[in-house]
Amino acid sequence: MQRIGVFVCWCGTNIAGTVDVVAVAEALKKEPGVVFSANYQYMCSQAGQDLIKAAVKEHNLTGIVVCSCSPRMHEATFRKTAAAAGLNPYMVEIANIREQCSWVHKDVPTGTEKAIILGKAAVAKVNLNVPLTPGESPVTKRALVIGGGIAGIQTALDIADAGFEVDIVEKKPTIGGKMAQLDKTFPTLDCAACILTPKMVDVAQNEKIRIFSYSEVTEVKGFVGNFDVTIKKKARYVKEELCTGCGACTEKCPMKKVPNDFNLNMDTKRAIYIPFAQAVPKVATIDADYCNMLKNGKCGVCSKVCAAGAIDYTQKDEFISEKYGAIVVATGFNPISMDKFDEFAYNQSKDVITSLEFERLTNAAGPTAGKLLRPSDGKHPEKIVFVQCVGSRCDACNEKGKEYCSKICCMYTAKHAMLTRDKYPDTDVTVFYIDVRTPGKNFDEFYRRAVEEYGVHYIKGMVGKVIPDGEKLIVQASDLIAGKQLKIDADLVVLAAAIEPDKSARPLATMLTASMDTNDFFTEAHPKLRPVESPTAGVFLSGACQGPKDIPETVAQAGAAASKVIGLLAKDKLTGNPCVAQSNEMMCNGCSTCERVCPYGAITYEDKEFRMPDRSTLIRRVASVNPAVCQGCGCCTVACPSGAMDLKGFASEQIIAEVDAICK
Amino acid sequence: MQVKEYKPLIVAFCCNWCSYAGADLAGNNRLNYPADVKIIRVPCSCRVNPTFVLRAFQRGADGVILCGCHPGDCHYTSGNYYTRRRMALLFSMLDYLGIERERTRVEWVSAAEGAKFAATMNDFAEKVAALGENKRLEDLRCKK
Repeated sequence: MQRIGVFVCWCGTNIAGTVDVVAVAEALKKEPGVVFSANYQYMCSQAGQDLIKAAVKEHNLTGIVVCSCSPRMHEATFRKTAAAAGLNPYMVEIANIREQCSWVHKDVPTGTEKAIILGKAAVAKVNLNVPLTPGESPVTKRALVIGGGIAGIQTALDIADAGFEVDIVEKKPTIGGKMAQLDKTFPTLDCAACILTPKMVDVAQNEKIRIFSYSEVTEVKGFVGNFDVTIKKKARYVKEELCTGCGACTEKCPMKKVPNDFNLNMDTKRAIYIPFAQAVPKVATIDADYCNMLKNGKCGVCSKVCAAGAIDYTQKDEFISEKYGAIVVATGFNPISMDKFDEFAYNQSKDVITSLEFERLTNAAGPTAGKLLRPSDGKHPEKIVFVQCVGSRCDACNEKGKEYCSKICCMYTAKHAMLTRDKYPDTDVTVFYIDVRTPGKNFDEFYRRAVEEYGVHYIKGMVGKVIPDGEKLIVQASDLIAGKQLKIDADLVVLAAAIEPDKSARPLATMLTASMDTNDFFTEAHPKLRPVESPTAGVFLSGACQGPKDIPETVAQAGAAASKVIGLLAKDKLTGNPCVAQSNEMMCNGCSTCERVCPYGAITYEDKEFRMPDRSTLIRRVASVNPAVCQGCGCCTVACPSGAMDLKGFASEQIIAEVDAICK
Repeated sequence: MQVKEYKPLIVAFCCNWCSYAGADLAGNNRLNYPADVKIIRVPCSCRVNPTFVLRAFQRGADGVILCGCHPGDCHYTSGNYYTRRRMALLFSMLDYLGIERERTRVEWVSAAEGAKFAATMNDFAEKVAALGENKRLEDLRCKK
């Protein structure tokens, strides 16, 4: 028989406000096995933990029930407390009387009654708990970073700095991501390339970092410390190790009309291309959709001009298998498509552009060499209208846009407006906004400078319609402060499109079994306390894949993710989860049903010798579970027709005891 | 004679990785649902043996709901698919035994869907309450 101690937490007034904690402690004292019960204001505090430790010693407790917040919050804390008191940490059960009781029910009698029942279920379970010892598994001391934007670059550099090997997988031909497309960065206005490209070079030169560019992750198996990942290196028809990046091929290629996605299709590139001058790796790539040689076998100019002999038209996709201890997701974001926003005439007029397109127009390496010219006629625009929140902060019922705030648009629009007024003081710049949101160091000062020093017109109100009218655009909008409708003409309209997670994130989340929110942003293990970890052990989050972020925040999060990875890789062995499946050999009939349902291949069969009552021996085929591979889902326990399989920590007997306690 | 207000007894099996966290989120956001719902934490919805559901009905539960990760998002890759099939079979058997379909349910609730968790429980509790007490499988020998 167990000797159980029950500890009821007030959590200040969080629990005590709707649950009579004294009554709960008293009621649970009468449960079988309970020899001690207490209540305290903050059980998780040092004093509360000391109370538990003292009770374990004084009353010789063998099991502990803590009625407190969610086990997802403090189960680990109380397990450590139990271990410190000399108990097996798995002799602790939590009754969740905060998130699932006091916070969702309003009156005290109801809350108290439910808390007692939840406590009873936990006591019933602890009565059947047995001490468990976790197994150990080795750690592969190498990390994988998926995505080579500023988030991935910073994470990889920080991990490599600590002495661990890192691989970056980037789906584009070069690393750099969105930041490589930007002109200047707020609020300091230093040029994006000047701060990004040295980091890209650092990555290329770091011996610990390998770059798989133009590659994708296609399969992930295994678990924390031991991931098996398959990477697809897409055929670029150029031998990476031979290409010197001289660019001769890109000059001579006769196929000149390929849309240049790096410049958001505002100009063209050749069928063989290097995305931009500072690309890393600086290797040419052939666009198979446009290359004449690959399409109909006629051309071959690039291979003739390539002095290094790097062109290989027969190259195939290559699959690489690699082992990793930790995986960092840094898949980033994209502006949403403007196709559904007909009111802004984005598809009708070339002079309605998105902010990222504006960024390329003002970039010295962009299609206009940094001169702000209208895409339609190459004239200098004299009146520019910026429209904020295009697709951000939309109604839930409005399927065109996103409900959330994209966070970066207010600042980059202030930047665009300011830079335009700085370079071309004769230009008239108007910004339409819902609110201007500038929470960040030196952000509000920056915005005020745009208004006060640079004379940008900020008008509170939304743009209803943009109508192309000859060379001009007519912008219909409301001015909420003046309370009137406006109709102004403009030469260029710039839309601050909402940002959304990259489309590759959803299939990747499925591969990693990492969870996502309804907007396809990755969810963190805890919104406040574990912001860079995914709930899936060994998977970490960096940058805008977790939510809209500006560059300083992204870099900070990238560093935080790296430090978490380093903490993991620094360990030689990982303590596993002891709640794994276990087969009762006496009951197993070797039918293989469990083996077929196990998603991890943790179950194998072996022939075992059994002693019969008549002293003869019998060899029988029985299941055996590899505790290092088993993740403890319990699927096999239900599939087993003879009931031989059970799950430690969530044994059938224990769950039935909980059901009984609840239904009593 | 005083009539005691009827309160249904509902057992909810929740996957640790999604709906249990979804229930926590409902708590964080103070979204109310009936106290009749009592949650049992399981590592995965596929840990729920049909016998657990039967046991709950035997002991007098009025409704049983299983919550797991959305199809394709199972923390253990494929557990919720097993749940879906197993419970489809079990529920049709229970239907045959006279346990109304509204008393059993499988629902997908992610860790981010606190509002969906609360809404699901409100809806389920209301439907079960409308059916009244469930005596069909109750085993009186279990009642002490």
